[in-house]
Amino acid sequence: MADKNEKRKGAKNPGKIFMRLLGYIFKHFKGRCCLVVVLILISALANVYGTMFMKSLIDDYISPLLVNGSGDFTPLLKAILRTACVYLCGVFAAYTYNRIVVGITQGTMKSIRSEMFAHMESLPIKYFDTHAHGDIMSIYTNDTDTLRQLISQSLPQIINGTMTIVSVVACMFFLSVPLTLLNLVMAAIMVFTAKKVGSISGKYFAMQQRKLGQVNGYIEELIEGQKVVKVFCHEAESMKDFSKINDELFEAASNANRFANMLMPILANIGNISYVFIAIAGAGLAIGGIGGFTVGGLASFLQLNRSFNMPVSNMSQQINSIVMALAGAERIFELLDEEPEPDEGTVSLVRAKFKPGGEIEESVTRTGIWAWKYKHKSTGVVEYKLLQGDVVLDKVDFGYNPDKIVLHDIEVYAKPGQKIAFVGATGAGKTTITNLINRFYDIQDGKIRYDGININKIKKGELRRSLGMVLQDTSLFTGTVMENIRYGKLDATDSEVKAAARLAGADDFIKRLPNGYDTMLTGNGANLSQGQRQLLSIARAAVANPPALILDEATSSIDTRTEKIVSEGMDSLMKGRTVFVIAHRLSTIKNSDMIMVMDQGRIIERGNHEKLIKEKGVYWQLYTGRLEQS
Amino acid sequence: MLSTLMAEIKEFKKYSILAPICVSVEVFMEILIPFLMSKIVDMGVEKGDLNKVVIIGAAMIGATVLSLIGGALSGHFAAIASTGFAKNLRKAMFDNIQHFSFSNIDKFSTSGLITRLTTDVTNAQNAYQIIIRICVRAPLILICAFIMTVIIKPQISLIYVVAIIFLGIVLTTIMTRANGYFKQMFRRYDDLNASVQENISGIRTVKAFVREEYETKKFNIAAQNVYNMSVKAENLLVANMPIMQFVVYTCILLISWLGARMIVSDTLTTGQLMSLFTYTMNILMSLMMMSMVFTMVAMSKASGERIAEVIEERTSLAAPRDSVSEVKDGSIEFKNVSFAYKVDRNLCLTNINLNIKSGETIGIIGGTGSSKSTLVQLIPRLYDVSKGEVLVGGLNVKNYELDALRGSVAMVLQKNVLFSGTIKDNLRWGNKNATDEEMKRACEYAQADEFIMAMPDGYDTWIEQGGSNVSGGQKQRICIARALLMKPKILILDDSTSAVDTKTDAMIRKAFREEIPDTTKLIIAQRITSVQDADRIIVMESGEVNGFGTHEELLATNEIYREVYESQMKGEDE
Repeated sequence: MADKNEKRKGAKNPGKIFMRLLGYIFKHFKGRCCLVVVLILISALANVYGTMFMKSLIDDYISPLLVNGSGDFTPLLKAILRTACVYLCGVFAAYTYNRIVVGITQGTMKSIRSEMFAHMESLPIKYFDTHAHGDIMSIYTNDTDTLRQLISQSLPQIINGTMTIVSVVACMFFLSVPLTLLNLVMAAIMVFTAKKVGSISGKYFAMQQRKLGQVNGYIEELIEGQKVVKVFCHEAESMKDFSKINDELFEAASNANRFANMLMPILANIGNISYVFIAIAGAGLAIGGIGGFTVGGLASFLQLNRSFNMPVSNMSQQINSIVMALAGAERIFELLDEEPEPDEGTVSLVRAKFKPGGEIEESVTRTGIWAWKYKHKSTGVVEYKLLQGDVVLDKVDFGYNPDKIVLHDIEVYAKPGQKIAFVGATGAGKTTITNLINRFYDIQDGKIRYDGININKIKKGELRRSLGMVLQDTSLFTGTVMENIRYGKLDATDSEVKAAARLAGADDFIKRLPNGYDTMLTGNGANLSQGQRQLLSIARAAVANPPALILDEATSSIDTRTEKIVSEGMDSLMKGRTVFVIAHRLSTIKNSDMIMVMDQGRIIERGNHEKLIKEKGVYWQLYTGRLEQS
Repeated sequence: MLSTLMAEIKEFKKYSILAPICVSVEVFMEILIPFLMSKIVDMGVEKGDLNKVVIIGAAMIGATVLSLIGGALSGHFAAIASTGFAKNLRKAMFDNIQHFSFSNIDKFSTSGLITRLTTDVTNAQNAYQIIIRICVRAPLILICAFIMTVIIKPQISLIYVVAIIFLGIVLTTIMTRANGYFKQMFRRYDDLNASVQENISGIRTVKAFVREEYETKKFNIAAQNVYNMSVKAENLLVANMPIMQFVVYTCILLISWLGARMIVSDTLTTGQLMSLFTYTMNILMSLMMMSMVFTMVAMSKASGERIAEVIEERTSLAAPRDSVSEVKDGSIEFKNVSFAYKVDRNLCLTNINLNIKSGETIGIIGGTGSSKSTLVQLIPRLYDVSKGEVLVGGLNVKNYELDALRGSVAMVLQKNVLFSGTIKDNLRWGNKNATDEEMKRACEYAQADEFIMAMPDGYDTWIEQGGSNVSGGQKQRICIARALLMKPKILILDDSTSAVDTKTDAMIRKAFREEIPDTTKLIIAQRITSVQDADRIIVMESGEVNGFGTHEELLATNEIYREVYESQMKGEDE
């Protein structure tokens, strides 16, 4: 928990991240960005023009009217109409740039999400092993959401604010230099205060986020395990524990909110004070008639003072959201910078048919025959090799961490059509071996050959397509049952899907679902039992119809009676394919051509059932251990 | 819903009242300041009276300081009130959830409860803060500023009436329409998140089937949907600001024109004209604020409802009829028990009659969906029967205090959960005061001691959330040890050794037999070897007891049992 929250702090290199983010936005929306800047400029200028109009209203129009009493209002009317036009331009510019900014904001978020997703799909399994799923999720949600505030609010406000301030200050200098200097001093105080209060509030906000993470984590854990809490009568203790961290969160949250709430009134009132000072000083100047300063000049200077204070306090308030957005952007870029799975393979898998002479050639139609296609680098000659499912692991060493080898000297020879079984205690490395064959992980030493080709030379996608997998933990996706089975082969017809379901013994229960094959599955098939999900996953492998199969505890949650039904399907599914089976139930693996007994990352026994029983080794122990009481 | 939520304000009522009071002070000062500003111009600057400027200036600084104090204090109180309110809401929900029965939990779903405790509370907190600050502030500014304009020049204040009505209608229309879009956007957003979630947890499946591009395409559609809806909603919202500007500018120009004439006819002063400009901004800005608040509060209404639902939920278990605090022995009896998860749903258990003696070992076997788990969950009263009665130690389970009953019936659930903390912390769930020796012994029985000792920190090894750093089989064994530490009279294992290899499984059962002979043991299993040495075995089939007897009896008389036996033992006795 602590580590996780350490990461949720400010960006390490805010400047660089900021530039990269701006670059990203600019790259995608070059034209629109420029247009926005121009429109913001127009809108800011219109605003300043309006303020200046008030000076002339009193000095140039009202005062002369008072003096000569002519009652000629035509010049004033003209001025008002002129200003109305300028205002209209300003309003139009504001509306247009706001709309464009919406497009830029949402567009950036969309393209960042899409880019992250596409990139995430290309990352090696290791990335998912080493990053908490909640953390990855929150990059898509929380971190991307911070960009919304940044792009749609903070950035335009900074641009607008800067332009307004620059033009306002220019006007101020034009009116009175000493008053302008006084104004700037007060502005400096405002910025300084904002920074101080902001940094205190930022500190508490970080603390609040940390506590919030803790509380959320606790809630998640306890609610997930609520049934266990009940079974152990742990309610009172969990209430007590929760109360404690909940109070801590309250403490941090109230502090964080307090300072954030106070920032605005403090800044606004410093602004008011600056107004008073300028009024007094300006009145002195005007009354003394120093430097030709007039009452009208003071009136509009005071108006300018308000126009000046507004963007300063607005911009100060953006500091927090900018800091948060940069921290979010950093995590986004971290994800985008992750190394994708290397794929230097060149050999691909193609549909094939036999030429009359027995040679293999590529086929555009489905033939049920597959071949590896490779091109010799030097000569450019294309060669085909029939896909048979001959898998060899030759002296393979592997560790998730290079300095901690978990598999030692693994040798497996699987001839086409053979059934190879792995048995052994949990943690012996059975699943790991199968994950090496489809290159979820890359081996440290040794060689794995598929039909005589080093699997490093085969394109990863093609390698995996040639290996069907039924995993221990079934993953189902939001969609209908039909779509979930079709996942194995996207162009499978409905009848193909149903045939696969029948083969897997899943047809029966699917028909009994409320909408049969069209029943929607959500939340990883939350409405199905573990066993039913495994049946779907077997059906999915069946429809894919791969030449080789990996079954990792594929039937562990299926009750034995159902398994009996499934087993016929499984037998026909396994027929003619190279199959790697991992199972606890020894009855499932007994008829394998070769059984590997694993212990602590080594193969300690190998042979078929009869041979291993005769040897009276570990397999014999495992096998008879279950019977020792009967 | 409102009264439920408001009841949770509790000790923060004081702050909830103080905050608006301070806001009022701040608002009054904010309104007074422009008035004083106009006085500076009229009485001081124009008349060339520097003294007046200084005096009024001093008054203004006084007002500013008051405004500052009011603003800061209101922020302070509002922060405490709103975060305190959130704290109470979380606590009320969490505590009530602790009193939920299993069927209450099923009703809400775990992820639903988590969202309510986290996101929904944050929404409620923000809404509450807005209500006690801005909902007071905006109307107050509007009213005060309007009154001031009436005082200065009633004729001009008519302009505001028109402007307020116009803006009010336009902003409300925009907001209501945008609201509809936002609701749709949130739904699309959920889809998008679900897509990411599925891909993270199912990445192996995605890669195994080489569906990276397919998934990316799917995701892009979801992202495009979110984009379309957001742009639609926000494009409406962006009209707000320019419309607002338009109205402000119109008012300013109108006032300039009319004001100028009035000044000439000597019914208005320059200073008054300037403060009218300021009040224009005040009035229209507060209107804008009110429309924003309106949408935000409306958006959080759904959250409030969801929170209230949890707080108002009452446990579906009836209070104990009696308060027996001692379970006599581990005998169990089912008398004509029927059960359905929901009143109008199909029965999961029909007419079950069973009699289990204290100290017996009972195996339970049956296909998926035959209601094995349902059967045993009635014993510690995780659910209440629909019909009939369940007796433990000779008494109806409804007569026991829940803690007493559950303290004597230890259950290892099919869906095991370990909590983040050391192994010892987890074991102590079974018995808070367990000594190290007791823990070690329980782990030895559960065949967990060996692998725990092999871990670098032994019993102090840190378990990650959900037990993600131990294997399935290890997790199951720790869970069994945890249950053993309760020293229960009845021990129920719901398919709790499925990931343990057969040899270890046999050793666990051997330890049970030898070390805790007086405890009644109910073992649900898929593997026939896990149950065949039990004293008696229950065969479940679609919610009914199909057979109940010893291994030999069942083998001779029960067809289902024989079938399962043969399928698992096929050709093994060669």
